[in-house]
Amino acid sequence: MSNTSTTVSATANETTAFAGLETRGAHAWFGKHHALRDISLTFPARTVTGIIGPSGCGKSTFIRLLNRMHEFIPGAAMAGSVLLHGNDIYEPTVDAAEVRLKVGMVFQKPNPFPAMTIRENVLSGIKLAHLKRPNHDDIVENCLTRAGLWKEVKDRLGASGGSLSGGQQQRLCIARSLAVEPEVLLMDEPCSALDPGSTLRIEETIKELAEKITVIIVTHNMQQASRVSDYCAFFLTDGGPGYLVEADSTRKIFTNPSDPRTADYVQGKFG
Amino acid sequence: MSTTMSSETAATVEPQTPWSTPRAIRIRTTSVVALSAAFAVVVVLFTGVAGIDGWAITFMGLSIVVVLARTSRAGSKERKDALMRVIITSAAVTAFAPWLSIFGSVILKGYLGIRPNFFSQDMRTTTPDDFLEFGGALHAIVGSLLMVLIASAITLPLGILSGVYLTEVRGRLTFLVRFVVQSMSGVPSIVAGLFIYTTWVTATESFSAFAGALALAVLMLPTVARTAEEVLKLVPEDLRAAGYALGARQWRTAFMVVIPTVRSGLTTAAILGVARVIGETAPLLLTSLSNSALRFHPFDGPIASLPTYVFGYLQIGTEYAIARAWTGSLVLLAIVFVLFTLARRFGGKDKR
Repeated sequence: MSNTSTTVSATANETTAFAGLETRGAHAWFGKHHALRDISLTFPARTVTGIIGPSGCGKSTFIRLLNRMHEFIPGAAMAGSVLLHGNDIYEPTVDAAEVRLKVGMVFQKPNPFPAMTIRENVLSGIKLAHLKRPNHDDIVENCLTRAGLWKEVKDRLGASGGSLSGGQQQRLCIARSLAVEPEVLLMDEPCSALDPGSTLRIEETIKELAEKITVIIVTHNMQQASRVSDYCAFFLTDGGPGYLVEADSTRKIFTNPSDPRTADYVQGKFG
Repeated sequence: MSTTMSSETAATVEPQTPWSTPRAIRIRTTSVVALSAAFAVVVVLFTGVAGIDGWAITFMGLSIVVVLARTSRAGSKERKDALMRVIITSAAVTAFAPWLSIFGSVILKGYLGIRPNFFSQDMRTTTPDDFLEFGGALHAIVGSLLMVLIASAITLPLGILSGVYLTEVRGRLTFLVRFVVQSMSGVPSIVAGLFIYTTWVTATESFSAFAGALALAVLMLPTVARTAEEVLKLVPEDLRAAGYALGARQWRTAFMVVIPTVRSGLTTAAILGVARVIGETAPLLLTSLSNSALRFHPFDGPIASLPTYVFGYLQIGTEYAIARAWTGSLVLLAIVFVLFTLARRFGGKDKR
């Protein structure tokens, strides 16, 4: 059993001094089921970190810990701390809604608001959180452009969000997350329901986003992880709670990992 | 690989529907049905079986026999399929018949009184036995609409909010609220009337439209609340998660994401609530009573309503009084129909 508190901060410190998000000894439970064990990870600001590992190893649970979506599941519990700019987001004085404003999320299944138009969908976060932002037109254009959707929808911003194709809906969801200007964007297998073309488009979007914000992406797709991420964290489970095997730069994980299990996984020997 | 399709053949291709029933078979089926119907008429004319019901039963029996005979050479699966189709169609028609019968008799007996004066006059200066050219039910129409309007204004916000409490807030009182709503839906309507009579009518010492509306609201609330809960339950958990992940608080998510998503379902909840109470007579007899004059004041004195209008003139029992009652019923049906159509039109469709 390897040491589970590997971090990517050693390499990160040389490039970016400032840590965007960090977990220390994070655990997660669903009722009595211990889902995640002792995860300590640092996500350097303005980088893309891929979370990889076989099904059921707690990847999604882990990123839901990072923006306090975990607590919506009845019976959920956690331990450890999650630091955003060095402040624990699980402090009793911290407002979960404020955390989610700074740490946005894109879900596995595209979920645009069906009762809203494309434009309203993009602006929904601003309205829902009561933010005062001028120039809504600029925000709509800017966010849709960054999500790679502007050219396709600029002439039908009044159409329902549900009228778009699956890939377009997912990019609309990304645009929606960007409109509230998060510092971190969590993506839970954002391309698992999409065709290769849309996947490619979203991967380009992720790379562009990383110039401004920190992206953490859960993926089942090895090629995707190697294409888009700067760092990779490999999770595994032996039937019990999921744990972190190894985290390092993506190049090292895919070419010369320290743990033989990582090598087996990235070479497709299991998972 | 070579494609030999020439432009001539491409041009001659016509759109076809090879899956639809061929014309010959359609004609044969229609003639068999018509023959069975005609034979059923013969049976009714020459045997003890009589009336429309007798004809319908004979016709259904004959259809089953014909289907069995026609499919005797087919496989057992096809035979079962054809048989079940006849039985299910018959059951659907049978279920439809009482509705058609009620609707038909109300229209046949009520249309005589449909004249302009029925919608423009009240019964202040007219006796129940006057010709149908005199007097009308304007006061009753206005009274019914006024009371349903007030009842809706009380019930719709309350009902939708309790639906939101049950599905979104899921607080500690969820069980209690659901229990109260369910028991309320079992309250007999006269009890609702009696409740408002003892609490409001005796306290204000006056029958009034508002008292009637309160009694209707008591009956309407459980229908609206339960339907709203069922409808709100249909909203995918994904959408709530999306709202929360954008940094929205629970109530903002509920009112800006969840409720707009099921706008048409909530319109249905309102329709069902109105349909539940617009024909209620018993609670109104104890709360709004009735009146022969046109009134608009919700707090001042007894007021007419269509159900009590129908009830009152049926009780009088003379020829023209009963005709007025039938016309009142027809207008009541028509109002419900118009309200439903309007609600469907303006309630919008779920964009899902």
